Amino acid sequence: MKRNIFSFLAGGLFGAGLLVSGMTDTTKVIGWLDIFGAWDPTLAFVLGGAILPMAVAWNFASRRARAVLGTEFPGAPDPRLGRNLIVGSLMFGAGWGLAGLCPGPAVASISWGGVGGLTFLAAMIAGMAVAPVLRERLDRAAIALR
Amino acid sequence: MQIEWLFGLLGGLMIGGAAAMFLLINGKVMGASGIVGGLVDRSGWASWAERLSFVAGLALVPAIMVPLFWPGLSTNITPNLAAVVGAGLLVGVGTRLANGCTSGHGVCGISRFSLRGMVATVFYLLAGGLSVVVFKHLLGVV
Repeated sequence: MKRNIFSFLAGGLFGAGLLVSGMTDTTKVIGWLDIFGAWDPTLAFVLGGAILPMAVAWNFASRRARAVLGTEFPGAPDPRLGRNLIVGSLMFGAGWGLAGLCPGPAVASISWGGVGGLTFLAAMIAGMAVAPVLRERLDRAAIALR
Repeated sequence: MQIEWLFGLLGGLMIGGAAAMFLLINGKVMGASGIVGGLVDRSGWASWAERLSFVAGLALVPAIMVPLFWPGLSTNITPNLAAVVGAGLLVGVGTRLANGCTSGHGVCGISRFSLRGMVATVFYLLAGGLSVVVFKHLLGVV
């Protein structure tokens, strides 16, 4: 039960932060990506502000084995890059620049984002549902090419 | 210095605070696409309650805050629904193939100097910038 309460609180704080920072406003996100237009640097402050407390948290975690609720901390990051990381990130970026929403704000705006927001969320969930199949096909194609 | 930058910094600190809390208390990486995606493709059903609680907080707190503090707030998303569907599909498939999005790779990855997180961030920023050039400036569809 404790896990779920703290998970709810973390999700809530994340949602509040997305609202305060302006990351649920697609024009701000597209403005940040629009380096040839009226460039909006707000997202750099958001990312910088978010990385700071998280860097402290990782540093703290590196000196302990377990989190407060007993779960082992995640292991060292995987050093392998791989094709899926690159292809996936390119696809994600293309969609992010097209609509100006990423997964966090898509969920945070569910109650007030209107038809456009709900359409995005539904398409995103559909994409997530087919991703494992697509990943398998990509992996098989890569093996066949070798 | 514009006021939006200050709000950006403050909101960013809240996002990072949420990620720090999720790591230090729950022992998990706070990645929105991973938390949602694990529910969608069933790969994360072992921890469904924890994931669903996170999603509930992420959806409910703004549902309360927006009418109170920002009544009439809009995401200003494009009215071009075909573009919205295409974008949603790309974000859904892409984040799951890459195993992370702005929160997982961007916030949680960069802050621990993860090579995967940094490389993913460079590539999604590049593709995002290119996407704006193509769809906004060249094609004018959004």
